[in-house]
Amino acid sequence: MADTTLAPSFQDMILRLHAYWSAHGCLILQPYDMRVGAGTFHTATTLRTLGPESWNAAYVQPSRRPTDGRYGENPNRLQHYYQYQVIMKPSPPDFQALYLGSLRAIGIDPMLHDIRFVEDDWESPTLGAWGLGWEVWCDGMEVSQFTYFQQMGGFDCKPVAGELTYGLERLAMYIQGVDSVYDLRFNDAGVSYGDVFLENERQMSKWNFEVADTDTLFKGFAAAEAECRAAIAANVPIAAYEQAIEASHLFNLLQARGVISVQERASFMGRVRDCARGSCEAYIARFHDQWAAKFPGWSA
Amino acid sequence: MIADFLLELRSEEIPARMQAGARADLERQFRKELEAAGLKVGSVSVWSTPRRLALIARDLPLATEATREELKGPRTSAPPQALEGFLRKTGLSADRLTERDGVWFAVLEKPGRQTDDVLADAIPAIIRTFPWPKSQRWGAVSLSSESLRWVRPLSGIVALLGGDVVPCEVGGVVSGRDTMGHRFMHDGVITIDGVDDYAAKLHAAHVIVDHATREAIVRKGAQAAAAAADLVLVEDEGLVIENAGLTEWPVPLLGRFDDAFLTVPPEVIQLTARVNQKYFICRDRAGMLANAFICTANIAAHDGGQAIIAGNRKVLAARLSDARFFWEQDQKTPLAEQAGKLARITFHEKLGSLADKVARVADLAEWLAGEGIVPGADAAQARQAAELCKADLVTEMVREFPELQGLMGGYYARAEGLPDAVADAIRDHYKPVGQGDDVPTAPVSVAVALADKLDTLRGFFAIDEKPTGSKDPFALRRAALGVIRLITDNGLRLPVAEGELLAFFADRLKVQQREAGVRHDLVDAVLALGNENDLVRLLARVHALQTFVGTEDGRNLLAGYKRAANILKKETWAPLPQTYTPDPAEAALMAAIAEAGPQVGTALENESFTAAMAALAALRAPIDAFFESVTVNDADANKRANRLDLLDHFRAAVHKVADFSRIEG
Repeated sequence: MADTTLAPSFQDMILRLHAYWSAHGCLILQPYDMRVGAGTFHTATTLRTLGPESWNAAYVQPSRRPTDGRYGENPNRLQHYYQYQVIMKPSPPDFQALYLGSLRAIGIDPMLHDIRFVEDDWESPTLGAWGLGWEVWCDGMEVSQFTYFQQMGGFDCKPVAGELTYGLERLAMYIQGVDSVYDLRFNDAGVSYGDVFLENERQMSKWNFEVADTDTLFKGFAAAEAECRAAIAANVPIAAYEQAIEASHLFNLLQARGVISVQERASFMGRVRDCARGSCEAYIARFHDQWAAKFPGWSA
Repeated sequence: MIADFLLELRSEEIPARMQAGARADLERQFRKELEAAGLKVGSVSVWSTPRRLALIARDLPLATEATREELKGPRTSAPPQALEGFLRKTGLSADRLTERDGVWFAVLEKPGRQTDDVLADAIPAIIRTFPWPKSQRWGAVSLSSESLRWVRPLSGIVALLGGDVVPCEVGGVVSGRDTMGHRFMHDGVITIDGVDDYAAKLHAAHVIVDHATREAIVRKGAQAAAAAADLVLVEDEGLVIENAGLTEWPVPLLGRFDDAFLTVPPEVIQLTARVNQKYFICRDRAGMLANAFICTANIAAHDGGQAIIAGNRKVLAARLSDARFFWEQDQKTPLAEQAGKLARITFHEKLGSLADKVARVADLAEWLAGEGIVPGADAAQARQAAELCKADLVTEMVREFPELQGLMGGYYARAEGLPDAVADAIRDHYKPVGQGDDVPTAPVSVAVALADKLDTLRGFFAIDEKPTGSKDPFALRRAALGVIRLITDNGLRLPVAEGELLAFFADRLKVQQREAGVRHDLVDAVLALGNENDLVRLLARVHALQTFVGTEDGRNLLAGYKRAANILKKETWAPLPQTYTPDPAEAALMAAIAEAGPQVGTALENESFTAAMAALAALRAPIDAFFESVTVNDADANKRANRLDLLDHFRAAVHKVADFSRIEG
């Protein structure tokens, strides 16, 4: 193991990543203020990877996976966790080296540990997006997802963006050498991850699985879908995309409540995808002429 | 003048599973490009690591040979358009043509081309048309969707002919003589002089470029690590290749896991280690699974790999505790209760839930046992096993590891104290899965395995969901093959199907028998007789027939049959009472048919196919003699009609065994 006594706390790890990526030209953004399943849903990734303009950003995104909730009783599974997301467009030629530098910045010595890039292609059917890349292993553990986006919202990425996603809790557990996420040192002053989040996990797992009113969720889904269409018609694609995110999360909650059958599942996913694609399409349409004028080699 | 050529295409990590194909494709594309340019390619070696594909071609000529070709053009008297066309095609002016016998001729001379020039064109062509299973764009140039595609970003090209760089460029990557060593164990670039120092310089930079060498290191290293711990490696060539494809400097390391995990079934531990972590596992001297794993690191770490082993042990422990949790959790619910949950899972929207399917399979399995079709199977046990056979699909373990379906059901059944015959039948009811898979032989297992597959086939055929072309979404071909092997290996006698489904079985049987060396035309010849739905009887007849047509008697009888059939095909006649004394050969054939016909019939009734063939063989000499000395199409109408009748009887006798017209040769 790494020398765990010197390992950064959870918050220090985030600060080090911020400092590192800031020094390498990324905007340090804050989380998107909506419930999402992954850092990829942040507009700083989805919408900003559309179009030809360069874009480099890093941020933490709280991510909600209602079906992964375990009432705080499983040492590895959470319904709410943090992803650290880096997006660089176009993907820089030394993207792998930059990434490895970030591991050193948080205390992983690649001469002592076995760092590997293992094939793992990424696809998000609800975003109409896919890319090729790897899961990065450190001593057999997946510590990050590394992806070259090829399509977003059904559109070719021109140019391609590189995306890094670090599962912060898992990475921190590795660096700090603890077996339960709740035992992580959140800071260096005696506060643990459990002190901050254990009660949230208990309550939110119960709500996700047992309490959330499914009628309200179904209605909310339909309302978000309608609002998304209206926003697309009004040429406000960012607002439309927010409704797509909303629909996506409500769908995840409905799944956790176990009220969506196998057959219905595909249809709900298709509806979310249509919202996301429609928003991306409207976003491109809104900026198309501006981009084409600035980047002569580019077309949508 | 010859020289050796080195090509290295460096990239970010190439998926391990694609490397063998990429090596073969690189060699093929290289030969294709060079041969198209007129260069003779001799011996070629191709190597791969996660970060590079390399090719070495020995003894390439330094230039292509000059060629001279004469082309014939139009006649000098032809219209001027014809001459213009010819000049366009040859690229020559009229004064370069020569005329012979009123025809224009052009001489095309191609000078030899320098090989480095050919290579400078060939390398970008190879890269641009490389058939990766999946490829991507990257970087600033991907502003255009026409930008170069490669499996992962391409970062460098080394191209050296003799000692010289072959200058070329593709997608912004320019060829040179510099490459990189190991990602962590070497800093900076390495400069290559040529073919001869390439592998050695990489080795000094901690890259073993020859995949076969790395595979040997993984294989032998894992064996040695196991032996050093007094254990025996569970050999796994797939893992050897995969780990060699994930490393440039493989270092097998043995670690231990808490032996409390050994309460979990060994298959689960092996699968967890193999699929999720790419670890080898070991057995002790007694053959029991040991609490050891072997991972393959890509680095010789300062501390001898202690930190790497510790990290991997932790990851495996987390995986195994999940598995142990599932194993313990699942056992709290009896399989019968789990089976109840199958009502919530749709098997197919037109075929009901999985519980509906299980009910049908249970009835069928009980019937197969009760009727004695599967001899020795206890009907109650067959029903019980069938009712529980799908219950493990709702267990946590099978949800996590779908490939353990069946196997886990067997374990849980045994843990519940169900009889071994029932537990074995649950475990084995998906078998045989593929061509090489074992076929169950225990009676209860056979009944359930057969019932499950027959139900699937009957169900999907009933709702008209038959395989078409390459589409077989419900794996019905595999199910049919499973039925065939269960029936034939166990000698089960039952009418397997009717109508379309029977024809489907016949097709599968032909494919399967062809692989087993049985001639498909012989299967056709037997099938052509009509509704044979007893596969055991059908195959016995085919096997006897194959033996027979391989004998001298068989071959000659077939020849006689074909001759008779050809005559009968052409002629029409009406039967007439015989008004003449038959020729001796004619009389002999009549007598032989009169004797052989009933013998064949009796033998077939007794399913004594060898005897039926022997009876047919008795017709060979008489039919030969008949054709030798008797004129069929005699001028005498009565003789003609009666002789045609005789041939018809001969054909009918032969047809009792098989439709010989389907037999080739």
